[in-house]
Amino acid sequence: MHEMGIAMEIIEIASQSIPEALKGAKVHSVRLKIGKLTAVVAESLRFCFDIVSRDTPLNGAVLRIEETPVVARCHECAGEWTLEGPFFSCPACGGGKLTLISGRELDIEAIEIEDEDDAHANGGK
Amino acid sequence: MEIKVVRKVLSVNEKMAEENRRLFSQKGVYVINVMSSPGSGKTALLERTLADISKTIPCAVIVGDICTTHDADRLARCGVPVSQINTDAFGGECHLAAHVVEKAAQEMDLAGIRLLFVENVGNLVCPAEFDIGEDSRVVVMSVTEGEDKPLKYPVMFRTCHAAVINKSDLLPHLDYDLDQARANILNIHPEMPVFTLSAKTGEGMTPWLEWLRARIEEKSSGTTG
Repeated sequence: MHEMGIAMEIIEIASQSIPEALKGAKVHSVRLKIGKLTAVVAESLRFCFDIVSRDTPLNGAVLRIEETPVVARCHECAGEWTLEGPFFSCPACGGGKLTLISGRELDIEAIEIEDEDDAHANGGK
Repeated sequence: MEIKVVRKVLSVNEKMAEENRRLFSQKGVYVINVMSSPGSGKTALLERTLADISKTIPCAVIVGDICTTHDADRLARCGVPVSQINTDAFGGECHLAAHVVEKAAQEMDLAGIRLLFVENVGNLVCPAEFDIGEDSRVVVMSVTEGEDKPLKYPVMFRTCHAAVINKSDLLPHLDYDLDQARANILNIHPEMPVFTLSAKTGEGMTPWLEWLRARIEEKSSGTTG
């Protein structure tokens, strides 16, 4: 539902990140890191991105999504574990106070742009 | 050629939320973001809560809905300032974002207000991802929904600070397994306070009201964790 707004934010940030010298170059892909414990559905995000990226410098770019696992650290015993299901108690000591080390990411990591060498290579085909 | 970006996708919202948090703190206002699926009784809970707590603590409410002012009209009858946000003016959004709350807060006179409730749009998915600058997040579920709501919406239950199980007056008429519902909440968030109550009859309201008062006290004495 909110994937449309998230897609628009991605386009905004990615567009701003294109260096001045490469304005107008084709963006091949946007690399994202999305935690498993986020309310973001990758397929919906791709669908929305394809629609809202039209007429922007991101037109035709693909989203390369790395899904990060939910990893927690227990406050009691300092143990770390990867959660496979919705059970947030420490498997070692049963403690309920924890810090999530990973799993809540919704980050844009990088964009991949066609540079001059790529352009020549493509032109030569 | 790869260009590093490394930014949070929602960084604009998060920055605005931090700004809201700073402004609310400056004014000495404790802000609670109330979320639930549609029909769990957020508005009824706030009506019952305000009837008690606003006698001693000056309160205000921001209400988010996609359409209509029904909830705002109900809450205004509690005699507290109410600001209505219709998200369809912002593209029919399914959640309140920080900039929308900022605009609503600007339109209210918050002088002297110590407790501000933000009734989010009825939805257990999207509002979980959007910080609005609140101090606490509360999720409301009701006994007419499935006991497994927390397991289906872990992000919401994980990011909240307290849970309310509403409509307890209906328990005698339902097969609802209250122990299972509580266990499901605690699986997602083991230390979370859970308040089982009926906003309709007032049964079970006291612990919830005490929790609210304690949070406000904590903040005003500067011991908020």
